[in-house]
Order: sequence, then C-alpha cells, then structure tokens
Amino acid sequence: GKNEYDLLVIGGGSGGLACAKEAAQFGRKVAVLDYVDPSPQGTKWGLGGTCVNVGCIPKKLMHQAALLGNALKDAQHYGWNTSQPVHHTWSVMAQAVQNYVKSLNWGHRVQLQDKKVKYFHMKGSFSDPHTIRGLTKAGKETIVTAENIVIATGGRPKYPTHIAGALEYGITSDDLFWLKESPGKTLLVYCPFILHLSGVIVCISLTNASPDVSLECAGFLTGIGLDTTVMMRSIPLRGFDQQMASLVTEHMESHGTKFLKRCFPTKVEKLENNRLQVTWKNTDLGTEEGDSFDTVMWAVGRAPDTETLNLETVGVKTNSETGKIIVDASEATSVPHIYAVGDITEGRPELTPTAIAAGKLLARRLFGQSSELMDYDNVPTTVFTPLEYGCVGLSEEAAVQRYGSDNIEVYHAYYKPLEFTVAERDATQCYIKMVCLREREQRILGLHFIGPNAGEVIQGFALGIKCGATYTQLMKTIGIHPTCAEEITKLHITKRSGLDATVTGC
Amino acid sequence: QEAAKYEKKVLVLDFVTPTPLGNSWGLGGTCVNVGCIPKKLMHQAALLGQALQDSRKYGWQFTEEVKHNWMTMTESVQNYIGSLNWGYRVSLREKNVTYENAYGEFVGPHTIKATNKRGIEKLYTAERFLIATGERPRYLGIPGDKEYCISSDDLFSLPYCPGKTLVVGASYVALECAGFLAGLGLDVTVMVRSILLRGFDQDIANKIGEYMEEHGIKFIRQFVPIKVQQIEEGTPGRLKVTAKSTTGNQVIEGEYNTVLLAIGRDACTRKIGLDKVGVKINEKTGKIPVNDEEQTNVPYIYAVGDILQDKLELTPVAIQAGRLLVQRLYAGATGKCDYLNVPTTVFTPLEYGACGYSEETAVEKFGEENIEVYHSHFWPLEWTVPSRDNNKCYAKIICNIQDKERIIGFHVLGPNAGEITQGFAAAMKCGVTKEQLDSTVGIHPVCAEVCT
Repeated sequence: GKNEYDLLVIGGGSGGLACAKEAAQFGRKVAVLDYVDPSPQGTKWGLGGTCVNVGCIPKKLMHQAALLGNALKDAQHYGWNTSQPVHHTWSVMAQAVQNYVKSLNWGHRVQLQDKKVKYFHMKGSFSDPHTIRGLTKAGKETIVTAENIVIATGGRPKYPTHIAGALEYGITSDDLFWLKESPGKTLLVYCPFILHLSGVIVCISLTNASPDVSLECAGFLTGIGLDTTVMMRSIPLRGFDQQMASLVTEHMESHGTKFLKRCFPTKVEKLENNRLQVTWKNTDLGTEEGDSFDTVMWAVGRAPDTETLNLETVGVKTNSETGKIIVDASEATSVPHIYAVGDITEGRPELTPTAIAAGKLLARRLFGQSSELMDYDNVPTTVFTPLEYGCVGLSEEAAVQRYGSDNIEVYHAYYKPLEFTVAERDATQCYIKMVCLREREQRILGLHFIGPNAGEVIQGFALGIKCGATYTQLMKTIGIHPTCAEEITKLHITKRSGLDATVTGC
Repeated sequence: QEAAKYEKKVLVLDFVTPTPLGNSWGLGGTCVNVGCIPKKLMHQAALLGQALQDSRKYGWQFTEEVKHNWMTMTESVQNYIGSLNWGYRVSLREKNVTYENAYGEFVGPHTIKATNKRGIEKLYTAERFLIATGERPRYLGIPGDKEYCISSDDLFSLPYCPGKTLVVGASYVALECAGFLAGLGLDVTVMVRSILLRGFDQDIANKIGEYMEEHGIKFIRQFVPIKVQQIEEGTPGRLKVTAKSTTGNQVIEGEYNTVLLAIGRDACTRKIGLDKVGVKINEKTGKIPVNDEEQTNVPYIYAVGDILQDKLELTPVAIQAGRLLVQRLYAGATGKCDYLNVPTTVFTPLEYGACGYSEETAVEKFGEENIEVYHSHFWPLEWTVPSRDNNKCYAKIICNIQDKERIIGFHVLGPNAGEITQGFAAAMKCGVTKEQLDSTVGIHPVCAEVCT
C-alpha cells in the first residue's frame, strides 16, 4: 500500500530536526521519532539531541560560568570592588543551565507542531526498508511507514568496560551537565579505546569529537574552582594541529588543571565514604599509582547509536571498525530511500552545524528540486577550553603532508589581547598561525587562533577561505582596532624566517 | 618606522598642545593616549560590571553591593598607556629614527621650525615631509565651554570620578563614552542636536540609542547647550547647563558634575605654516586633500591619517596608508592603500561592527530594487541564563542583486562585534557572495554563526 509519510526521521537531534523541518516547508508529510535511552547512571533528557541536551549548549554555558570567574578577578583591576575569594555554587549554575535546556526541548516540540511535523516519542527500529517499528517506554508498539527514511540517531559516549568499576562508578558527559550536586574533585579520563585480545593490545583510534570534550569539561570545572585532573595515555586533541593543541593544554596546566600524562587507569573502586579510588599505570615510570576522587568522568570516545536500529535486516552498511553508517556524497546509504546525517555517518565531522546543513540540503534535494550537495571542506570549528581555540582548514602537519614543507608558508604571531593588559593576565599562549601555499598569491590553507572569543574571530575568516582567500587579499584588509582579530590581518613573520613572532605595539 | 627600514634618515616631531584644562600626554598620538586604547579599556571595565551581574546567575556569589572606583581604573589605564609611550620611544631609538618632542611648523620650502616646551627653536630641512598631525576635539563656542567643560582629551586621565555627566554630541565618541560611564554606575545624559551616529547605518544607530536608553542612559533630543556656568568648584564641581531647543524657543536647565563635549574634531592644520609652503587645505574643514598616493599639491609634502579630506578617521587606515606610502617612496612598491570596504566597530554598550555600505547608501547608489537585505535578530547563548535582552542583537547583510548577490554591506550589533566583523571584512575583500555565505558552515554556538 501507499506509505503513510513522505519522510520519516529517526532521531530528533540537530541533523534530524533540521531535515524534518525543511521537508515540511515543502508541504510534505513528515514524522520524527526521538527517544533517549537513559545513561548507565540513569540520566535522560528531552527533544533536541546531543547538542542541545548534553553537548554544545550546556558545555558553552558552563564554560561561560568559568569565564565569568575570570571576569570577577579581572574586575578588581578595572576598579570594581569584588573581594576575593569568591565562591561558586554548582547547583545554582546547573539549575539555570538545565532550565534553559528544558526550554529548548519545549521550543523544539512547539516548532515541530507549528510546522506540522508529527512527533513520536518512541524508539525506532527497521522492520523493512519502508517500515519502522516504534516502541514507547511502556512497551506500546506503533508501526510507521514512509517513502524516505533518514537515520540521525547520533552517538553516545563509550565506557571503557574492560576497566573494573568503569561502568558502575564512572559518569560521562551524558551525566555531567545534569548533575544536581557538584562533581567535586574530578578525574577526567581521555584515552583511546584499548582492547585486550588474548594478550595482544589493540588500539582503536578515536573519532573527531571526544578529544576536546574532556579538555573543555576539565577547563570549566577548574574555572569554577573544582580540583580537576585529566588523565591521558597519549596526545591531547588528536586530529587537531598539534602545536595549537599543546598551547591549549599548556594554558590549562598553568591555570590549575592537573594532567597525568602517559597514564591509563586499571581499576575504579568505591570507598566507604562513597568516594572513588582510582588505580592507574604510569607508562613513563612503569609504576602503579592511585588517588581518590569524588567523580570519575570517561571521555574515551563516542559510539554511533545503531545497535537497536536493526540495520542488518534492511541491509544498511556500516563501517566495520567504527560502526558508523556509510553514506555517499548525497547522504544516501547502501539502501535506496534510506539516508543518514549527523554524527552517525562515517567520515563526517561530528559537529552540529554540519549536521544541520546536511539535513537541510538533503530535504531540499529530496523534495525541493535542488541538486546541491553538502560541502564538508573547510568547516570551521572551535574548542571551548579556558583559552579558546578556533580553526578552519588544514593543520600545519596536514598541509606539510599534502604539499611538502617547501611549498607552504606559515605566518604566525604571539599577541596580547588589550583587555589582558590592565587585568595583568598571562597571554603566553595567545597565538595565531596561518598556513598558506608558498607560490604566487599564497592561498590560505588553514587558519588557527588561540585567544578569547575564538569562535567569533574565526567565523568570518572561514567564509573568506571558502572564497579562496589569499595572503595578499588578507593584507589588503584593514584591521579593526583594537581587537584580537585584527592581528590576523597583520601577520607577516614567517616560521621560515626564524624571527621573533611577538607582536609589539600598534 | 617603515622609512627607517630603508636606511633613510628620519626625524619625527611630536608635540601635544595642552587642553584648555591643561592636560597633555606622551608619544603615540590620539589612538594610544586619548582614543581607541583607553576607550576600549574603559569599555571593558563597564562590560565587566555587566559580567559581575551575570555571574550571580551562573552560580557565583560575592559581596552584595558592587561599586566601582574610578581612580583604580584610571590609574591602571594610564600606567598601560605610559608603557606604550615608552615603548614607542624605545622603538624609534632602536630603529635610528630621531625623535624630538617639539612643535613643528613650516617656515619655507623644505624647512621646518621645531619649538620645544621651553621655547627653544631649531630649524630642520628634509627632502620630503609627511604631515600626520591629526585632530583635536572641537568646542561649542559658548560661554563657559573652555573653562568648565571637558573633552575626550581630558576624560581618560581625569584625576577624579566625573560623577553625574552630561555628554554633548551624538558621534561615536559621545555614545561610547556615555556608554561606559553609565556602565560604571554613573548618572549619564546625552544631549543630541539631531540624529545619532551621522554617516552610519541609521537603522542600527537607532537600535544602539534604544538599547542605551533601555539601560538607563537619558537622552535629550533636539537641544543644544547655549551656556555653561559653575555653581560650585570641586573635583568634580557642580555645573549648570542651559540649553535651547532646535525646533522652537524652549529653554531648559540642568545640573551636572561634568559636561563632556563630543561634537566633532578639527584638523590640526591651521597653525603649522602650510601657507608658507603652499599646501592647500579645505578652508572650511581644515582637512588636506591628497591624491591616491597621499601626496598634497606640493610634490615633496605628503599627508596621512585623520587630517586627510574624504578619508576615514581610523588608526589602522592611517597605519596602512603610512606604511604603503613609504614602501612606494623607498622600496619601489606600487601598492596603494585600499580604502574600500574598511571595517569599523563602535564600542557602545551593544557593540556595532560594520563593513561596506549602510542600507541607506546602498539604496542610494544601487536603487532599492537592486539590493537584497537579509537580517536576523539573535540571542547570544551567554545571555540566556542571566535572562538578558532576547531581541536586541541583530545582524544585517546587504547584497547587490545585479552582481551575483555580492555582499556589499555587513552589519552586526552584539557582543564582540569587532571580532566577528574582522573576518567578514576579509571575505568581502575576496568578493564574497550570498551563495558562498550560505554554503559556509557556522561555528556553534557562537554569535557569528547567525551570519552564515
């Protein structure tokens, strides 16, 4: 018979909702299924997906809380009579953040209603290529059929289940933002997933997103005054430009976050006073060490949420290593009329704006006679660590690999934000790097910025790079004074010259 | 400094004629001493005041009543400026540029007379001259203005808190100063003759004014002061201002501790002997017309910066023009200063970044039917938790339909407007179109993504 819906979207997150709402604009019959399996600690949330509930939004708000802690210190230098030390109350912040997130959940419900998109609060799985079986919490079943189906179920944090006590006593980012009480003395563990297979250690490298989760969380926890430690087995921010990554962690280290480098945990036990005892191996010293914490948070990667979808039944192919759904440039899976967008797709950045853009374009191709494909090149991103890092394009390593170090020119500068001067703040890691092709007009391949408001700074330049901006054009652009961003238009010292790259005066 | 790179023998004469109230400052010019730098630092102080309020909603707890100490702030700011003055002195010395703290004026062809603070005169000759004397604040020409009023030349080093202040003017200087003074907790009134921010996009100018009014700054519109009298001496004292309506005969009076005049700036070109060497100036404005190579009508005399006619009064423009000029003169370069699409930011409480055409000038130049304006209000994520205004921030892009919807105007009203606008200005230099903008992915969650 005829399918009930033109489009059925499984997953009400950034990608799914964008796709559904766009399709509805074309007058199509659209439905969205959204369901959140509670985390092992029992945390769950409403409509909106990872970004809204346990990602970008609460993360940035808590980051802002930490930044405001800095502002309180700065304020004294600028003449305000705030006395130190000041005190932060987790529950006030958490409640405010959680209330805002709930308003967004509500907002999304209303939007779907306004756009006449049917919303099912159910967990979906495939019965056949055009049929989805939806299950409510109470176990009630609903069968829905659709001409086109988009899978946008995203991912969930992984647990290092091979570590004793990891699942029982540890939390993840799924839980952190919903804690009612302060996490207290916290250990954040960031390490590639290690499988022990009969004596052979197999390392599975991380996907894009997680490396920054642990650093961002550690950053704001330190900023609000908590005793915070990050444990990592190898390098931070894998996949990002390594020089920038080390500047970011250097800054965190000099501002109170403790790092246990080249260490990995072996077990987590609960103590009598409800604290957690963590034991770990220090690979540098070859020793075993331990300490007690109030909270242990795992940031060991995210797994695509495909297990209960029943993909094998319909033949949707996934990547054997990552488990993510394989799609082509038009977001199509191996099965006709079944598509996928967002964190669940293989080889795509795990970012909200790309999921939204891909979802919208997909809807326009399906129902709006458009043929425009999603452009995943030069997608800008920002890591919201205490000193923020924004970037777009290639890292220096990637550029060297692709073009050879003789064919690229790297411009760089250490600068000091004006606002740091009176506040007597340390600007050692405030740094800008621009990687260009060496020939002729010197097309810009990558731009990296560490400093306050990094996201705001990078956004416009990402647009410029999309237009093929060159160093020559950048030099013709007059700076806005006094800002941090203007330093980008003043870059002129190359790494090759070996000269001191510290900016001096106007 | 650029010329010294090419091993030219360079002399710099810098002298600051004290303000009517006796204020003066060191090497570096307006920007460093009485412009951009202290302005942005005091704006930051005001923003921090707001941050303190926000922080309570984010869980921070501290003293119930928060107060601001003007002296603490001003001292810090002046110390920083002092370090910049010093830095310039050192930099010139290191580059072998001779510096004299003396007032320069032309006395004949290729000859300049330099008079220092003690009145001692020296004569210098040079192959070429560069005039970069900038401007100083204008006074109203009414009784009591020079005796009792201050200007931006005095504000940033005022040795006492200005108290209840009347700001006269509607320039960006007036609004920025009014903005931060109010942010520090002072009672501020702005007296405006006609419109706000003349020359800027008026739609946005009005939004800026509205925001300031909603946040406690009083506006008296369509009035001009006609008399300022002193009621009581002091630091600050008490002043009585009498003002007349521009639309009728109504006269009003008000009492303030400080009256800050910000009604415009006049070029410092009338007393430097330009007539002796034949350099033409615009008699009305005092500004110097130059060709596109910054050359005056006298071939060996050049000019850059705020004194140029029909050019933008901005530090980065002056710097760029100065550098390129020297590269053309001594390094055989041909690059000229590109005055098109120069971005700028007004650091009012709600910041405004702009690049390219305002909506009015775009309509005037291209015709309303040939432009498309895309716009959106936005609510910065950081403002949600403290429940700050949810429909004040605004972004607007103006496109030329006849030229592939090329972006010819960019306007953003919101926090960190300068940081946001810089990159978009670079993109506009590359000729970005609306289509390219649409295909650029946003960074989430930041304000700037509303523009993509």
